[in-house]
Amino acid sequence: MTAPVTKPAPRIVADRLHSPLRRALRSWEAILLVVAIAVFIGNTLLSPYFLNAWNLSDATFNFTEKAMIAFAMAMLIVAGEIDLSVASIIALASTAMGLAMTAGAGVPVIVLVGIGTGLICGAVNGVLVAGLGLPSIVVTIGTMSLFRGIAFIVLGDQAFTGYPPEFAYFGQGYVWWVISFELVLFAAFAVIFWAVLHRSTFGRAVYAIGNNATAAAFSGIRVQRVRFILFLLTGVMSGVAAVCLTSRLGSTRPSIATGWELEVVTMVVLGGVNILGGSGTIPGVVLAAVIMGMVTFGFGLLNVPGIVMSIFLGALLIGVIALPRLLRRG
Amino acid sequence: MTLFKSREALLALAILVTLGVIAARFPAFVAPSNLANVFNDTAPLMLLAIGQMIVILTKCIDLSVAANLALTGMVAALMNGAGVPLPLILCAVVALGAALGAVNGVLVWKLGIPSIVVTLGTMTIYRGTIFLMTEGKWVNAHEMSDAFKALPRHVILGLPVMSWIAIATIAVFAVVLARTALGRAFYAVGGNPHAAVYAGLDVGRTQFWAFVISGALAGVTGYLWVARYAVAYVDVAGGFELDVVAACVIGGIAIAGGAGSLWGAMLGALFLGVIKNALPVVGISPFWQMAISGLAIILAVAFNAAQRRPRGRLILREAAQ
Repeated sequence: MTAPVTKPAPRIVADRLHSPLRRALRSWEAILLVVAIAVFIGNTLLSPYFLNAWNLSDATFNFTEKAMIAFAMAMLIVAGEIDLSVASIIALASTAMGLAMTAGAGVPVIVLVGIGTGLICGAVNGVLVAGLGLPSIVVTIGTMSLFRGIAFIVLGDQAFTGYPPEFAYFGQGYVWWVISFELVLFAAFAVIFWAVLHRSTFGRAVYAIGNNATAAAFSGIRVQRVRFILFLLTGVMSGVAAVCLTSRLGSTRPSIATGWELEVVTMVVLGGVNILGGSGTIPGVVLAAVIMGMVTFGFGLLNVPGIVMSIFLGALLIGVIALPRLLRRG
Repeated sequence: MTLFKSREALLALAILVTLGVIAARFPAFVAPSNLANVFNDTAPLMLLAIGQMIVILTKCIDLSVAANLALTGMVAALMNGAGVPLPLILCAVVALGAALGAVNGVLVWKLGIPSIVVTLGTMTIYRGTIFLMTEGKWVNAHEMSDAFKALPRHVILGLPVMSWIAIATIAVFAVVLARTALGRAFYAVGGNPHAAVYAGLDVGRTQFWAFVISGALAGVTGYLWVARYAVAYVDVAGGFELDVVAACVIGGIAIAGGAGSLWGAMLGALFLGVIKNALPVVGISPFWQMAISGLAIILAVAFNAAQRRPRGRLILREAAQ
């Protein structure tokens, strides 16, 4: 006699806890999209001047340059590093462009000098962090002071003006109707950075390093090389932003882009990138950029001074990180 | 041999060599009265560096100190304008500075937000608040009472009160850091947070107190700064937080926390102070100051890392950060 065999009850283990759609609806990007729409509607109700193609086109200049840096900064922060020297790189790159201009260089050379300066600055940060293994926060606080300091040594209380008229295209030109050159550049970089971070081996390596650098190294990822490339990339993007900003302003002062490092980091964090590294997406950063640009523009239409805007940004930076932590607690 | 390995000895030597080089051409620079001036000029940096050093010991960083200084300085100037007596103002600046530091501390302690994010945010909020209070107006010398302006400059035994406050604060914190449970907790929490928990220390609470101390010192310095320069406006001490961090890094305070001495931080501050005061004497434009502090930070952090490099063999270089 054998004991009756009881058939074990079938166990169903869902390989996905929620449907992809439900996950997408609950994602940070979805929240950002709702906020973006709310800001858009709020601005439309508050100011009769907001909903106008040319005004909206003007509004994009509030975020395009910063967002270009934010894409690279997002990858850097995902990898667990940070670069606080981006605004100072803009100052130095802009100064270098001014020097090239006074030396009689043409527009292509001026642009190359700007981007090249960004590349060199990024390489300096990269060598110090990836090559020497120094903490990126302190290194970039140091280079933040050094790069802008060099701009101050060159310019003092002077300014470079008188860029060639053709140079104005990068910051003031329009590709078609209200679509500015900067907006096209912003969109192109958004796609490129999305592809690199979310659809390439390099992007996967960035996430791996941000989550566990030691494990990443054991998996055969050249951790320090990736870090170096990320700093290089951030430098280049700061150089590109410097070209656009200098072209838009038509002048260079050593105090150019003061405080932008805060705005760029805020943009990245608002976009859902974990400040401790390991997670975050480019679409999130794009949405955050649009939100910040629209809020800035809306405040501008309501005659709110810039420094009040910066209070709002500071509170936003803390609030965005504090809110999920408070909710998880409750 | 051990003398040359000590950061403090090296820094003291660097300061002496710098002074020597300057003295060779400009002997007036090393006259006792001028050295006292340099010390007095560096007093705000030293006061803030004490607080910053304690914050860095606990693995945090406080980028809001200069904004805190500017805000409490402005409040002191406005209170003085409203006729509040000086002793009350002094109590108020310490309390306000400590409260602003406590805001940073609570966010770090209770919500676990990284200190760099918190203080980057409060830095702009505090500075923005000055604008909200004043709409960008300045408080000028003629709007301040004589007693308000005279206190930091009042000379006792050859040194102004501002210098004496710095000296007294250094003395107090030398004792606190070496001889009290809280002082040792700052080191323990930064050196090894897990071990600190097992030793019965509350890591977050210790970090909170570090921020409160940093804030209170920024508050005192806010009054001293505004009273000494006899002007208060939104951008007072703009970017000064970088100098404060620089003084600590140059002084050998480990940015990863848990290691560093008060004397190192003070010598780091003095080193920057000597350079800052020497630049115009030597005939170099003050615009060099910013680049020099930046370079000093980078050199110091590279030097710190080289000194602390572990001696064991690295099996996998990539993995070692």
